[in-house]
Amino acid sequence: MMMEETATGIPSGKLGIWMFLASEVMLFGAFISSYVILRTGSPLFEIPLREMLGIPLATLNTFILITSSVTMVLALDSIQKNNQKGLVGFLAATVVLGFAFLGIKAFEYHHKWAEGITLSSGLFGSFYYTLTGLHALHVIGGILFNLYILRNGMKGIYSNDHHERVEYAGLYWHFVDLVWVILFPILYLL
Amino acid sequence: MDQGHHKETFISKWVFSLDHKIIGLQYMFTSLSFLLSGFSLMLLMRWQLAFPGQPIPFLGRFLPESMAPGGVMLPEFYNQLGAMHGTIMIFLGIVPLGVGFFGNYFLPLQIGARDMAFPRLNMMSYWIYLLGGLVMLSSFMMPGGAAQSGWTSYAPLSVTAPAGQTVWILAMVLIITSSLFGAINFIVTTLNLRVEGLTWSRLPIFVWAQFVTAILLLFAFPVLEAGAVLQLLDRIAGTSFYLPAGLVVDGAPLERTGGGSPLLWQHLFWFLAHPEVYVLILPAMGIVAEIIANGTRKPLFGYKEIVGAMCFLGVMSFLVWAHHMFLSGMKTSLSYFFMTTTMIISIPSVAILTCLVLSLKGGSIRFTTPMLFAIAFLPMFGIGGLTGLPLGFTPTDVYLHDTYYVIGHFHYVVVTGTIIALFGGIYYWFPKMFGRSMNSFWSKVHFWLTILLMNGIFFPMFIQGLAGVQRRLYDPTAQLHNVAVQPTNVFMSYCAWGLLLAQIPFIVNFFYSMFKGKKTAENPWEATTLEWACPSPPLPHKNFEKTPTVHRGPYEYSVPGHKTDFYPQNAA
Ligand code: HEM
Ligand SMILES: [Cu+2]
Repeated sequence: MMMEETATGIPSGKLGIWMFLASEVMLFGAFISSYVILRTGSPLFEIPLREMLGIPLATLNTFILITSSVTMVLALDSIQKNNQKGLVGFLAATVVLGFAFLGIKAFEYHHKWAEGITLSSGLFGSFYYTLTGLHALHVIGGILFNLYILRNGMKGIYSNDHHERVEYAGLYWHFVDLVWVILFPILYLL
Repeated sequence: MDQGHHKETFISKWVFSLDHKIIGLQYMFTSLSFLLSGFSLMLLMRWQLAFPGQPIPFLGRFLPESMAPGGVMLPEFYNQLGAMHGTIMIFLGIVPLGVGFFGNYFLPLQIGARDMAFPRLNMMSYWIYLLGGLVMLSSFMMPGGAAQSGWTSYAPLSVTAPAGQTVWILAMVLIITSSLFGAINFIVTTLNLRVEGLTWSRLPIFVWAQFVTAILLLFAFPVLEAGAVLQLLDRIAGTSFYLPAGLVVDGAPLERTGGGSPLLWQHLFWFLAHPEVYVLILPAMGIVAEIIANGTRKPLFGYKEIVGAMCFLGVMSFLVWAHHMFLSGMKTSLSYFFMTTTMIISIPSVAILTCLVLSLKGGSIRFTTPMLFAIAFLPMFGIGGLTGLPLGFTPTDVYLHDTYYVIGHFHYVVVTGTIIALFGGIYYWFPKMFGRSMNSFWSKVHFWLTILLMNGIFFPMFIQGLAGVQRRLYDPTAQLHNVAVQPTNVFMSYCAWGLLLAQIPFIVNFFYSMFKGKKTAENPWEATTLEWACPSPPLPHKNFEKTPTVHRGPYEYSVPGHKTDFYPQNAA
């Protein structure tokens, strides 16, 4: 694919990703505001005991996701230096870390459900599963996007002057990471 | 025609086309069909409103027991018709016509592009829209019927409603997804694919209008998507986002933890739905501006002011949503805020209207069919906008809220305003799409019948509303104070049925002219913008023989010293 001439000088794909992320900000923004409004405004909003929330595990998961953002940056950096091996290696690491995040999340769900925090047990549970579930769906989307880039990367499609898609995948992945960095404190720590 | 790399089959050319013009036409035919079906639902309701409790003649025999036993429609069925009418008209009719069709077809042409920025995404957005529309219609076949909690789907009623509401939500999620894809595409296309010389201050008003509309869609729709997901979970997963504690439904207490807030839904809904009304009106204003500049043969009055007002409208439309909720028990300080912002937002609307009216002054007007529609738009939108002001003031809204006055207000803006403008746009650009023109006599018959009958339907709504008639009433004669204005209902219903007949000249004229109409040249209206600089219809997949370059603003009509009274943007 050749870089096309555009009126703004920014590739259309990149603008498209930015627009998409803007709409995602509104989507999560709406969910998060609903959560904040009911948590602060509803007399029936019961917050479970801190011990039930499993903060250490969630902290570990946060750490995993942030690390995956770092490997994503390194993947992009590698291809900018035309290092194909580096791209493939760091992308693979990002994907593995993404799966690790989902695995731990699944374990957390299982644990919480067993403790009685369910989707319908009260507003906290409802919001907890809705917000983290939506986020998990985005993580899955990000992993798929990364796998697609990984496959192309292994075929040697990208190079130092042609790696827009790697960058787009990175933008998306960082966004998903950022959402978690907001969800983690408001769901676990507050 | 030949792209060089691949042969076009019938399927790739007409069905799964990537060409913005074909996708635009798909949007046009689909959304016009939805408009007609949404309109038909209303025609059934008008029987019940005019002759409450009497069997529907002829058609009544074909309706199943669950809808109209003995031909008399049930209250539940009336509610389904109302909810589906609103939803279909707004989300499946007008927006896809104004944005999906007009935007898709003419925005790339007006900026000199060969296609949209993301043709594949464009195709997907059409198919997702069609799927969403079919899912929406199919909800009539659900047990308990279609959604019946109004197009606004207020909780908790919508949460405890029969299964049709779940289908409504799923269909809405599809429609929202399709709109988001479209919005991203329009924004990037406008930003990136303008040809050389087409600076922001040379963009036609139509392009500006579509651009602002796309931004509104991009920021407002995700919020409704979130609201819809929460409502879905409330319905199927036992959550209580919108359910207060201790709710009793049909005499039995609801087994939920409660604690949620019905008002949360209203906020999420109106945060979308107020910007949505500008999504409905902005493309219409854009079309009217194009037609007026062309029909008056002079530059638009206040190009810069119109553009500024549109951008300001876009921003402000996110700050007024709770004027739909004045009676929900909100704090006075909050209602002051929303009252003030509502008054502020009416200023740019009036500014645009004023510019368009002043554009007529001193022009040598050509009273073509599109021009008739564009001129009619002005006073009609004026009535719609002015009647909004008393709704924006809390003291008057206390009385008018949820009456037919509100219904009158928004039908004046959306029907006599937007739909009239969209019709004008179809007449205006028909020669571009098909290389033929529509019959002028029958177009004018269509115009006069339509505008008169529309007023016949909607004007009495103000009278009814002021007399205290509530909206969403199954039987208007059930309350004594309504009986005095019941004759207006009969009159309105005859006008509505007449309006259906008045569309026959349009439909016949449209299809006849598509194949048999008089052939027209590339630029029959002697217009200046870029879409008239390519063949009619524009070349598949590339539009222009040679990519144009822009040398001047969009409305250089009657330029002193120029040999003709129009100076195209691309002429050297
Ligand atoms: C120009 C200034 C306008 C003002 C001040 C205004 C004000 C209002 C207010 C305050 C309401 C709520 C009334 C109530 O429920 O009690 C309302 C309802 C509505 N307006 Fe407007 N409006 C304006 C223009 C428009 C335009 C341009 C459109 C659409 C193209 C529009 C469409 C609607 C719709 C659809 C509703 C009713 C929604 C419903 O409850 O079902 N309005 N308007
Ligand atoms: Cu509003």
